[in-house]
Amino acid sequence: MTAITPGTLPKSSPRGSAARARMLRGLLPALSLALVLIAIAWLNPRAISYFGFNLMLNLAIPIALATIAQMYVIAGNELDLSIGTFVGFVGCVTATWLRDAPLIGILVLIGSIGVYALLGALIHLRNLPSIVVTLGMSFVWQGLAILVLPKPGGKAPDWLLSIMSFKPPYIPFPILAALLIAAVVHFGLMRTSYGVILRGSGGNAAALRRAGWSLLRTKVVLFALTGLFGVLSGMALIGITTSADANIGNGYTLLSIAGVILGGGEFVGGRVSPIGAVLGALTLALAASPLLTFMHIPPDWQVAANGAILIIVLAARVLISRRER
Amino acid sequence: MKKLLVLGALAAMLASGTALADTSGKKIAFSNNYAGNSWRQAMLDSYGIVTKKAVDDKVVGAADVFTTADKEVPTQAAQVQNLILQGYDAIVINAASPDALNGAIKQACDAGITVVSFDGTVTEPCAYRVVVDFKDMGKQEVEQMAKFQPKGGNLLEIRGLAGTSIDDAIHAGILEGVAAHPEFKIVGSVTGDWDQTTAQKAVATILPSLPDVVGIVDQGGDGYGAAQAFAAAGKPRPTIIMGNRQDELKWWKEQKEKDGYKTWSASIAPGVSTLAFWVAQQVLDGRKDIPHDLLVPYLAFTQDDFEAALPNIKEGGVATHEYTQEDAIAAIKANIKQ
Repeated sequence: MTAITPGTLPKSSPRGSAARARMLRGLLPALSLALVLIAIAWLNPRAISYFGFNLMLNLAIPIALATIAQMYVIAGNELDLSIGTFVGFVGCVTATWLRDAPLIGILVLIGSIGVYALLGALIHLRNLPSIVVTLGMSFVWQGLAILVLPKPGGKAPDWLLSIMSFKPPYIPFPILAALLIAAVVHFGLMRTSYGVILRGSGGNAAALRRAGWSLLRTKVVLFALTGLFGVLSGMALIGITTSADANIGNGYTLLSIAGVILGGGEFVGGRVSPIGAVLGALTLALAASPLLTFMHIPPDWQVAANGAILIIVLAARVLISRRER
Repeated sequence: MKKLLVLGALAAMLASGTALADTSGKKIAFSNNYAGNSWRQAMLDSYGIVTKKAVDDKVVGAADVFTTADKEVPTQAAQVQNLILQGYDAIVINAASPDALNGAIKQACDAGITVVSFDGTVTEPCAYRVVVDFKDMGKQEVEQMAKFQPKGGNLLEIRGLAGTSIDDAIHAGILEGVAAHPEFKIVGSVTGDWDQTTAQKAVATILPSLPDVVGIVDQGGDGYGAAQAFAAAGKPRPTIIMGNRQDELKWWKEQKEKDGYKTWSASIAPGVSTLAFWVAQQVLDGRKDIPHDLLVPYLAFTQDDFEAALPNIKEGGVATHEYTQEDAIAAIKANIKQ
């Protein structure tokens, strides 16, 4: 996304080829999404329609939001292994309290964002590995989710249901939502000065500290943003499924990490791309389910094929980043 | 060639005039959320056998099976949405969650697709539910126990996976049975998770604190483990109700040969997937009078017939039964009468 046009540089110079590789990396998420879409169009032309995109992509919205959430912690060189169960917890709160007692529901959700911010502070102040802290938190969220909703059920608030089933003219809602998410986060993280500081806390923390910025604050802000987008993800998910289950988000932890990496992010160095992350999430959502369903693979092989598709998509990303070095 | 096609179409139209509608062009998909245990494997095997024959006999056009990679609800919701896009006429589903798939199920119904759920049923009203009468099974366990232990006595109850509707229903049936037979008293209750190892551990833990027990009422998949726990503790062997698992029936056979041990065995047949398939076919056939909640009988074995069934069960597997179209029609009829 930050690529410089290669034409402005002499072609033979090593800088030029590095820039080309960077641009390629920026384009890769879009390319892999296009490839998966072409494959789907070829296998099932009926899917490429307003109705089809609505069905195929609406469950990609919560995945995209969870991926953005994960992207914020990764921008600060951390990992969040609790985002999946957190989304499940938010889902359970959404399907119970947010409907029956909106005030309590909103307070609980804001409080959970506060817990995320505190986690950021804890990780920074005690210098704890985020993987350990968030792995522990994943059990806490799971336990809370079961407490809120011991048996599957509940119902999404009506306003949420109507938002998620909104049918705008011409452009399917999931695509509109994906564009909006990508644009807002891209502006906030890539185009504002505090966004640069946030990414810098992962890229070069020492330089930031010397320049007088509070690293505690950047970590707290990054974790709070993760909490915020986790809440949005859980609410969007319940708006689609209409009803909750304490285990509903468990798969999102790994999907969100894969989405960030597929979208051109790196585990360290504050190198992330919001637009890439949204595209990565859409690609994963499409590659895992619709593509697989349309391929008519014998049932015994379906589970393995799902994994194989993910590996192929991610391997393409790794091959291209290697050329950069 | 064209003439043949026209003739064929005419013939098909004529044939469908006699039946309600022709289902030979209809496509039925099976959405399954998990395939990782013996029960689910048997379920898929039975489904495969019956649907292959149905497709070969041109009863339906296609019957494809789709299993999700994880047990997650969103994955299965996405799968259902893709099946809608694929243009299937009906979806048979073993759902990951009774409620959380309702959004996707409703979308399927709105697209004119028949949805039949079984085992893991869904609560969305537009879907059909093929439900095994677990409550009656629990009640019947106590009825049978009364035959083997006419004097009554203390019972130990082994429960299934906590929080599931199946565990609730069987437990309610057992309580009802005990209420009707006051000579029995439940003196202990453990959670066996329908798993021999878990059940064995749980029973072994509670055994020392129990008075003498004459019988064990359970939920299937736990009877053999309970027997092992009693044997290990050197306690007298009680009457253990079995759950159609191969290891349970094998143990029963050994005991019967030794000293004429008597008990009873019941469980849900994995082949209930095929019943759901036929119900879907009947709905596509144009039948409008099918109730959305279909109660079907469980599969039971008695002292006289279990040995005949034993050789047909795979090692480590569970007894099953493949249902036919006639079975489905009979089951629908029985439910309409109620």
